[in-house]
Amino acid sequence: MSGGVDSAVAAARAVEAGHDVIGVHLALAANPQKYRSGARGCCTIEDSHDARRAADVIGIPFYIWDMAEEFHDGVVEDFLAEYAAGRTPNPCLRCNEKIKFAAVLDRARSMGFDGVVTGHYARTQISESGKTLHRAVDHSKDQSYVLSVLTIEQIAGAIFPLGDTTKVDIRKEAEARGLAVAQKPDSHDICFVPSGDNAGWLRDRLGSETGPIVDQDGNKIGEHKGAYTYTIGQRKGLGLTVPTADGSPRFVLKIEPVTNTVVVGAREELAITTMKGERPVWCGPQVTDKEQEGFVQIRAHGAALPCTYYFDGQLLVANLAEPLLGLATGQAMVIYDGDRVVGSATICQTQ
Amino acid sequence: MSPAAFKAISSQMQVLGNPSSLHTHGRSTRKSVEDAREVIAKQVNCLPTEVIFTASGTEANNIALKGLYWQGRAQGKNVVVISAIEHHAILDPAQWLKDHEGAELITVDVTADGVIDLVALKNVIDQRGSEIAVISVMHANNETGTLQPVSEVVAMAGLIPVHTDAVQSFKKTPLSFSQLGVYAMTLSAHKVGGPLGIGALILKRAVEIPALLHGGGQEREIRSGTLNAPSIVAFAAAVQDEYPSTQVTQLRDQFIDHIKELFPDVIINGNNVDRLPGIVNVTFPGTQSDTLLLLLDKANVSASTGSACSAGVHEASHVLLAMGHTQQSAQSSLRFSFGSTSTHDDLNFILSVLPDVITRGRAANIK
Repeated sequence: MSGGVDSAVAAARAVEAGHDVIGVHLALAANPQKYRSGARGCCTIEDSHDARRAADVIGIPFYIWDMAEEFHDGVVEDFLAEYAAGRTPNPCLRCNEKIKFAAVLDRARSMGFDGVVTGHYARTQISESGKTLHRAVDHSKDQSYVLSVLTIEQIAGAIFPLGDTTKVDIRKEAEARGLAVAQKPDSHDICFVPSGDNAGWLRDRLGSETGPIVDQDGNKIGEHKGAYTYTIGQRKGLGLTVPTADGSPRFVLKIEPVTNTVVVGAREELAITTMKGERPVWCGPQVTDKEQEGFVQIRAHGAALPCTYYFDGQLLVANLAEPLLGLATGQAMVIYDGDRVVGSATICQTQ
Repeated sequence: MSPAAFKAISSQMQVLGNPSSLHTHGRSTRKSVEDAREVIAKQVNCLPTEVIFTASGTEANNIALKGLYWQGRAQGKNVVVISAIEHHAILDPAQWLKDHEGAELITVDVTADGVIDLVALKNVIDQRGSEIAVISVMHANNETGTLQPVSEVVAMAGLIPVHTDAVQSFKKTPLSFSQLGVYAMTLSAHKVGGPLGIGALILKRAVEIPALLHGGGQEREIRSGTLNAPSIVAFAAAVQDEYPSTQVTQLRDQFIDHIKELFPDVIINGNNVDRLPGIVNVTFPGTQSDTLLLLLDKANVSASTGSACSAGVHEASHVLLAMGHTQQSAQSSLRFSFGSTSTHDDLNFILSVLPDVITRGRAANIK
């Protein structure tokens, strides 16, 4: 229970469904801030009080579990290492993979509980092949993307009571249930970067060693302030003073951490038609080397792109029907069969 | 709350009259308050005038520690001496005096069984005696129940003012203010069957220390504020109940015997002779106490752990750490309390649920 409206309603629904429920708030920062500033972050002491109040109103016991060490090692360190290697990670996926449906689920199971209920917008279904993961009814709030790192075993221990309802209705329901968090703003951004300034946060930790910005022929046309603060496809904030011959804008094409170089080029150069991902996770039956039709999604709230996909034994490969602009390695590629999450992998190659 | 205290607070709540008013109603309430003061004074063997009512034990501790420190500082003494196992209601004001009021804070260690190290204390007094403004040593520790040698501390201290936090001891073990010879002693009503929100500082007659609260001048001008007559009257009603010391001690000893048999690797923390009847502090190796607490709660047993930090994260007890526990073993410890209403059925019940709780707790110990 983060202290937000979604997990509060999820807990209330789980109780109503007849489960024996306890509320758990995860302390993820060694030194949490006292209060929220704006809608950023989600692990302040004030948030834990909101969660406790919701648990009291629902009538369930409430505990705070200290997962700061696991979170730091499994999520924050990974986030920094990925950026330092020139990739663009999604820490929410790592948190679901390593904390909520691993450390928490394991601890709960050994204590005698059957699973973990969260306020994620996603659905599960029981099919012939077991429990499968699906998009939420409210596609604008759908969070199946960040859950796509869950194995069949983890999905078996997950309950998502909100998947059949829109966010608007969840707020109404919270209001009706007398939960004070009904109108609490959604949290955005990355919870451990409370300022919301990712680039600044990364600079503080990884340093701000300047380096060259080069065009595709290797000509230096500018200087950057820390390669990892740039994102593939980024156009603004490059500070380039040498215009292109035809005056067209330039975009970040590549980040090369070893040489601390940012490569820029024309928009068309960003186009990719094939992506390959490593460390695949299957949310249902394993994908085979037989090419299938489906969809691939590469951002938490991005579009589902028509593709064909297969697994070559090592890498998950997706061939896009239409070229895509601006795809960074490190992002998760998530394969959907209609609304069902097939599996995911971390993008390591693009063509 | 004890039935007598509940009856007393209920009827006094309906009585009109500020005890500081001179009219008939005021005089009537004042009589009830002063009767109560005499009852409490008799219980701890002090003069009625030495009883200063406060809103909590924490407030009494703050008045005593800060007041005696400021009094000493006016005479050029700025050292505050406390034991390492004090309650936060002493630790935190002492730290505040250090951070904001120029105090030098000396914390005296305890032995492995949780008793203040008198040799170390003597060294401090021998070396720094003329600079010490106040020494505060609790009468019994709230986490282990271990009694502290307060009389010996007073004897060593000589003319240095000694305060003792006796919140945990009051009614559970003999407690005499005049025999102890301390300058000040803290009591709280809710630990003896009285209501929440009322405590007392027993402060030696004619000791005038600076006040924390200024106003109407009540309570020797050391603690201003309209007297909380209903709670004071209920406090006095509660202290007249006999504490069934023998019965509680028996239950506790049986509990200890049984858990040693059930879990041969348990450690019972604290001194096993000089102790309060009702408290048992147990280390269950290979567990995390917040997990045990959760599982016990699900089984309808309320136990407690050391403390939680401001974020609500369970922390290792400073008391157990001071006794030489590691972070890990301190975090594997629970406090069980038996009280005047505990029964053999209660004991049998907890013994019946404990094995499963410990088994699950060990399985869930992921760290």
